[in-house]
Amino acid sequence: MTMHSIELPSYREQSEQVRDRFDRLKRRPVRLEVKGLSKEFETPHGTIIALKDISFQTHKREFVCVIGASGCGKSTLIRLLAGLETPTRGDVLLDGQVVRGPGPDRGMVFQGYTLFPWRTVKRNVMFGLEMAGRGRMPAEEEAMQWIELVGLTRFANSYPHQLSGGMKQRVAIARALANQPRILLMDEPFGALDAQTRAKMQAYLMEIWKNIDITILFITHDLDEAVYLADRILVLKAHPGEVQELIEVPVPQPRSAQQFLSPEFLTTKKRLEELIHPAQEEDANGDHLNMVRMVSVNDEVESVF
Amino acid sequence: MSFVLPVLIWSLVSYVPWLWHPKVEITVPGDVSYFNNGLLVDRDVFFNEESKIREAGGVLPEGRPANPIYLPAPHQVVKAFYAAFTTEPKRRNEKWLHESLWSSIQVIFWGFLLSSVFGVPLGILAGTYDFFSRLTEPFVEFFRYLPAPAFGALAVAILGIYQAPKVAIIFIGTFFQQVLIIANTTRKLDPSLLEAAQTLGAKNLALLFRVVVPGILPDLYKDMRILLGWAWTYLIVAELIGTSSGITWFITQQARYKNFDNVYAAIMMIGIIGLTIDIMLARLGRNLFPWQRANAGV
Repeated sequence: MTMHSIELPSYREQSEQVRDRFDRLKRRPVRLEVKGLSKEFETPHGTIIALKDISFQTHKREFVCVIGASGCGKSTLIRLLAGLETPTRGDVLLDGQVVRGPGPDRGMVFQGYTLFPWRTVKRNVMFGLEMAGRGRMPAEEEAMQWIELVGLTRFANSYPHQLSGGMKQRVAIARALANQPRILLMDEPFGALDAQTRAKMQAYLMEIWKNIDITILFITHDLDEAVYLADRILVLKAHPGEVQELIEVPVPQPRSAQQFLSPEFLTTKKRLEELIHPAQEEDANGDHLNMVRMVSVNDEVESVF
Repeated sequence: MSFVLPVLIWSLVSYVPWLWHPKVEITVPGDVSYFNNGLLVDRDVFFNEESKIREAGGVLPEGRPANPIYLPAPHQVVKAFYAAFTTEPKRRNEKWLHESLWSSIQVIFWGFLLSSVFGVPLGILAGTYDFFSRLTEPFVEFFRYLPAPAFGALAVAILGIYQAPKVAIIFIGTFFQQVLIIANTTRKLDPSLLEAAQTLGAKNLALLFRVVVPGILPDLYKDMRILLGWAWTYLIVAELIGTSSGITWFITQQARYKNFDNVYAAIMMIGIIGLTIDIMLARLGRNLFPWQRANAGV
C-alpha cells in the first residue's frame, strides 16, 4: 500500500492543542466506567470467552469508538453496557452506579434500525417519553423538537417503511436521544448504509454530538469512521476479546472531511490496521484463494494487466 | 380466474354427450316392462334390454346418454340455488334456507368468538413467556390431535341437544390450533424490537401491550382469517350433533330426497359465504394496518 511508503509521524505524537484538549477531557467527570468485565458463553463445545477483563472509562461528552476484528466481542460489549446481557464477572458503572438490566439512561441505536413499524416517526420518538409517563401533549411537543434536530419534520407522520435507511437511522437516533440518556450506545449504526449516506450520517452525528450533552460509545469496523469520529478508540483483540489499546486520536477537533489525508489521520489509521490485521496472521491462516486460470488458452485478452 | 378451469371441466362433462355419461335416461320405454320415462339405467343394461327386444321384435326403447344423479349440470345447480331460497318449507316447523344459513353462521360466530377470547391471550402469553409456554403447550399439543367430532356425544350429554354442543365442537376444533399458531406467530416477532423497547425504558406489561401486541397484530389478523376458515370446516360435523340444524340439516334433508342439485347449491353457499367473509376481512385488514407494505409480508 502506498500509505506505508510515506514517512508518517507516530500516532502518539500530539500537537499542543490536541494534548491540551485531552488533558481537559480527562479532567471531566467519568460518565461510564467498566471494571474487569468478562462474558463467557456456555456451548455444547465448552465455554467460550467472549470478553475477558475489559476495563476503561469514558468521560462526559466524550466520543469513544470501539473497533476490532470480527468476532472480538464488540457487540457483546455494547449489549453488556446496555444491560441486554449480564456479565459473567465485572461491573458496568454509570455515574458511579452499577447498572442492572436495560434502562432509558443508556440509549441504544442498533444496526438494524429497530423502529416500531406500527408507529409513525413521531410516535416512535414519543415511545420513550410515553414509557417515562409523560403526557401525550408534552411528549408530542418534545418529540417534534428531536425530529427537527435530525431534520425529519416533514416525515413526522410517515411510517418507517416509507423512509430510506439513512432516514430510519436518524429516527432511531432521535428516539434514543429523546430519553436524554446519560450515554448513547451505537452498534455499527451506519453499517448497512451506502458510502455516501454513511458520510452524511457521520457529519450529522458529529453535529448532534457538538450541540447536545451526550456521551457516545460507537462500535464500528470501519477504520476511517473510527478515526474520523472518535476522541479515543478502544481497540479490541479477538479470542478472547481483550482491550488491546486505547488510542487517543491525534487529529484535531472539530473534524472535517478534509482531514482524511492529514498525517495524523493516516498514522492513526495505519496503527489501527496493524492492530486489527497483523501481517503474519493472514499467512498463518492460509486464508488465500486457490485460484486456477479459467480463461481459454487462446483468449484474445492474454492478461488483464 | 382460478374458478374458470373447474367450471369448464364440469360443464364439458355435463353438456358434451360422449364425455363420460355412464347412464341412459329413458325417453321412450318401449316394450321393456320396468322402463319408465325419465328412469336412469346403466348403459350396459340399456343396450342389453334393447337387443333382447330387437330379437323378440317388440317396440324398441329409446333414451339419451345421461350422467348419474349425483352429478347435476351447472344450470340445474344454478336453478336450484335460486329455488332453494324461494321455496317455502314443506312443513310448518321447518325453516327457510336463509334461516338455516343464519343459524349456521351463528354457530360459527359463537364458537369462534369463544375460542378467540381464550385462545388469543393464551397464545400471546405462551409465545412471549417461556413459563406459559411450558405450562400450556404440551397439553395443547396433545389435545389438538384429538378429533373434535369425537367429543360430540360428550358435548350433547353435557350441553343438551340444541346449539350449545355445536358451538362446543367448533370451539374444540379451533381453540387448540389457535393457541399454538398464535404462540408461534408471537415468537416470530423480531426480538430486537423488544430489546430496543427495553433500552427506551419499557418493562413487563408495557412490553407486552405496547410492543408485542401491536407488533404481531397484522400477522395475528392473518392467522385469525385462516382459523376462521378452519372453524367453517368443523361446521358440518358440529351441526350433525344433537338435533341436526342449519345448513347441514338442509343438505342431509335434500340428499335424502335425492335433490342433489340442491345439495351442490348448499355446498356452494358455504363456499361463497366463506370466501365473501374472507375477502371482506382481507379488505378490512388492508385499512386496519396502514404500516404494512403494500406487497405485504414484511
